[in-house]
Amino acid sequence: MAEQEQTLVTADMIKNQGVWGRETKSYPVSLSDIRKFAIAVYWPETPPRLFWDEEYARTTRWGGIIAPQDFNPFAWPIKGPTLPDFAMPREGGRGVRGMNGGQTDTFLLPMRPGDVIRARTRLRDWNERQTRLGLTLFIYTETEWRNQNDELVKRHVQNFIRY
Amino acid sequence: MAVNVYYEDIKVGDRIPAWSRKTDFMNWNRYAAVNDEFIYIHMDDKAGRAAANEQGAFGMGNLRYSYILNALRDWLGDETEIRELQCEFRAINQKDDVLTVFGVVKEKRVEEGENRVYLDIDVVNQTGAKTTPGYAIVVLPQRG
Repeated sequence: MAEQEQTLVTADMIKNQGVWGRETKSYPVSLSDIRKFAIAVYWPETPPRLFWDEEYARTTRWGGIIAPQDFNPFAWPIKGPTLPDFAMPREGGRGVRGMNGGQTDTFLLPMRPGDVIRARTRLRDWNERQTRLGLTLFIYTETEWRNQNDELVKRHVQNFIRY
Repeated sequence: MAVNVYYEDIKVGDRIPAWSRKTDFMNWNRYAAVNDEFIYIHMDDKAGRAAANEQGAFGMGNLRYSYILNALRDWLGDETEIRELQCEFRAINQKDDVLTVFGVVKEKRVEEGENRVYLDIDVVNQTGAKTTPGYAIVVLPQRG
């Protein structure tokens, strides 16, 4: 009889729980980045003018173009994105397969052209239980996005599923 | 499109207008480009099948998340705010799926000085499968 696995939790996870990781800084957000993002998520329909028409956007409470809440200012880095160690699957064995379980975002301020966004992430918590996939680990990371004025733009909680 | 919906006009049980997209590589490739999400399971049928999806490549959960935000924005108008959005990715977005965002008002209350409306949301495919259940909190202005 095969030995039943006790846990998929790694020593790295325990060591890193609650510890903020290295900060990542975006390139300045550009009008063109915002326009392209809006076109992509609304495709094939025309996106709202707030995301591409400066003249219209000036008439709104925002006073100019803002980015969609889901805009990603960290796309296309010169060096590839680096994931925190605790988010990576173990080499070999169980826990290597994973999927995106879902997310919660709290939106506090809009991103605007010219903003430089800094992000930092920590492993918040996890839980583990038997599912149809076998022993399954639900990992929750928390990421804060701040702008160049150190204002909190967004809080993002991500659920990674490992099995 | 400035303000489409005011706090006073919202009732528990109200539904947001349904918002739909038929999805395939035209949507996924554009999203991969802006979200830097170049992952073979979203680009290549062989990779999708290797990941246990018999129909091949499949869409990004993050794009469904964007569709929910789009539906909320189109309902609310440009002057309002989406304060929070949560969802779980429960089913796969297959090629040529028609995804429709649904939302229903569960509660409204003034909180931290904001007129907040709580909604249950989901993205449902053409078979009726609920793929992305979650909730949203939006902040609405008052008339006058």
